[in-house]
Amino acid sequence: MSSDLQDQDFTDEVEHGEELWNPGHRACAGCGPALAMKYITEAAGPNTIVTNATGCMEVVSTPFPESSWGTSYIHNIFENAASVAAGVEAAYQSFDRRDPDHLDVSDEDDLNIIAIGGDGATADIGFRALSGMMERGHDVTYIMYDNEAYMNTGVQRSSQTPLGASTTTSPAGTESIGNDTNKKDMASIAADHGVEYVATASISNPHDFKQKVEKALEIDGPKFLHVYSPCPVGWSYESSKTVELAELAVETGLFPVFEMENGEITNVNKISDRKPVREWLETQGRFKHLFEGEEGEETIEALQEWIDGRAEDLGLDA
Amino acid sequence: MAKAEQNPSDEQEVMKGTSAVAKGVMAADPDVVSAYPITPQTGVVEKLSELVADGQLDSEFIKVDSEFNAASTCIGASAAGARAFSATSSQGLKLMSEPLFTAAGMRLPIVMAVANRSLSAPLSIWADHTDAFAERDGGMLQFHAEDVQEAIDHVLMGFRVAEQVNLPVLSNFDGFILTHVQEPADIPSEEEVSEFLPPRDPEFTLDPSDPKTMGAFARPEHWTETRYAIQEAMMESKDVWAQTVQEFKEVFGRDYTEYNGMLDTYHGDADYLLVALGSICGTIRGVIDEYRAEGVDVGLVRPRVHRPFPTEELREALGDAEAVGVLTKEMSPGYESALAGEIKGTLYHAENQPPIKSFVIGMAGRDVNAPEIGTMIEETMEASAPMTFEEQESWPQLREEILNGGDQ
Repeated sequence: MSSDLQDQDFTDEVEHGEELWNPGHRACAGCGPALAMKYITEAAGPNTIVTNATGCMEVVSTPFPESSWGTSYIHNIFENAASVAAGVEAAYQSFDRRDPDHLDVSDEDDLNIIAIGGDGATADIGFRALSGMMERGHDVTYIMYDNEAYMNTGVQRSSQTPLGASTTTSPAGTESIGNDTNKKDMASIAADHGVEYVATASISNPHDFKQKVEKALEIDGPKFLHVYSPCPVGWSYESSKTVELAELAVETGLFPVFEMENGEITNVNKISDRKPVREWLETQGRFKHLFEGEEGEETIEALQEWIDGRAEDLGLDA
Repeated sequence: MAKAEQNPSDEQEVMKGTSAVAKGVMAADPDVVSAYPITPQTGVVEKLSELVADGQLDSEFIKVDSEFNAASTCIGASAAGARAFSATSSQGLKLMSEPLFTAAGMRLPIVMAVANRSLSAPLSIWADHTDAFAERDGGMLQFHAEDVQEAIDHVLMGFRVAEQVNLPVLSNFDGFILTHVQEPADIPSEEEVSEFLPPRDPEFTLDPSDPKTMGAFARPEHWTETRYAIQEAMMESKDVWAQTVQEFKEVFGRDYTEYNGMLDTYHGDADYLLVALGSICGTIRGVIDEYRAEGVDVGLVRPRVHRPFPTEELREALGDAEAVGVLTKEMSPGYESALAGEIKGTLYHAENQPPIKSFVIGMAGRDVNAPEIGTMIEETMEASAPMTFEEQESWPQLREEILNGGDQ
């Protein structure tokens, strides 16, 4: 793939005040999702309406009377970002047909409607809203930022929490190895809805992520992006390591980066010498119990097997 | 005054209540309609779908996956500046409850037709007001229609009020009794309505050329004021409602102006007054006629608006009564029926405080017949303060044999 984005450094180019995701938000140091928001707004530009689910990014970005959002922005509740976006889209369809002068939008055809939710808001409680939005074919780009738990409420497990992670609702203990399920495959679920463009990306590769946002926004109809966004607080690692850990998750194959178009995998970020997941697990406090006994070893093996299986399905190994 | 009179010059159509309401919605010309089927509201959704399919209604119709997302899509559409409509009943209204409370907080003037129905369990599809009362404290205006014409008119007036005070509206009409009845009604045309209800002109929208943050996170130092603002808007809506019924009368000829549109009375100066909401009032009027023919001075006070609560109007209407009987299709477990409790509260500051007896009746569609209403009139006439809890609230239709395990 090629894009003019690849040759530009947006971080230095944009002045504060002109940014659409502005500094001063309340995100923790080293917040992966906050980077995702920055990249989303840079790729989308000002002719954008963002609908946001309740969660980390909403809470840190909109402490009344302040807002980090330079785009039009609406938050409603935890589980309906996709539906609110669908309603916005329907309204603009209606204005476009019935009253083209309704609003002074520079070019309604280029209007970007983006719904953003965390993994809990998307894969769990907001799943019905997302499914309905995709199935009905609304022209909405849905972006799930995945930090692998309900971080905003204090690190409870979600259906994106990896096997073996200790969270406050899947704590490791004498009778528990931590979370006992693998990550739900949201990309395939989205593709099975007939969504034309589905992609995964990591905040460790902003150019790739922004290209995918741009590509998604060019397509009419629903699009689904899954962006991997580590959380230093929930994962228990040093805040300077966010990008490094996001990349390591890609390099181990725990988080495969790929595109699906019309239900087919069209582009896979191939990995040479895929690293064992153990290397990634060792970096985080939430997995430390896995290295303290036989059961932990079995869990690591089970997780590795699951990764290997997906890698094979995706053709991940170079 | 008798209930609102029809303008005799209007041509009336006979159609099912749900279809009539749908045609009223069409006349309001919403930009977006988003609704999910549920008995007994389904006919509204079906008729709206049909009107869109036939090109008679030029709205985006979102065929949503649930009532939860019917409300949620209406929130997105309304925030974008659209006139948005939905319809529901019972469990569907409960499923909408979370987004609807936020629609009030975000000051979005969505109008919803609610075909009132009981709430599970046990499962029942028939009419009472449990669903409407369960949403009482959200910040939605609530109207109760007595007949199909009023259900249509409340939707039109609802948009007009909602868009001035920026609050959502629940326009209630009784399930089956009004949704499935065939009644003659005047369906206003879009042209007629356009004079009364101009296109929506919102102050704030999701407009990328003028970016706004909507639905922010508020900490304790700001949140109280948002709730107070809802309270102010509710109170302001009383004046807006009064102007609205006045203009509605001028445009359409139907007169809802009694007590500023808040109350409708039938022999409202009687010594003994019944209070009730919605369709049962038709039956009550008939029974009142019979009792009055025998010299009993009995009348009816029907709140058309439940939120904002018609406090001053009820004080005036009920203050001189010898006794008041509240016939209500809801109850608040652990206390008393909410309507009776609210009326007692509103008369606390009144000079005269008539004894008030409440009757929980018509739950989940149980038929309320004329002799039963007669008995309630007689019991109201015998009411005197003070009353024990058992004396102040009665369940005249209760079938003791079922409680005792009989009549399976």
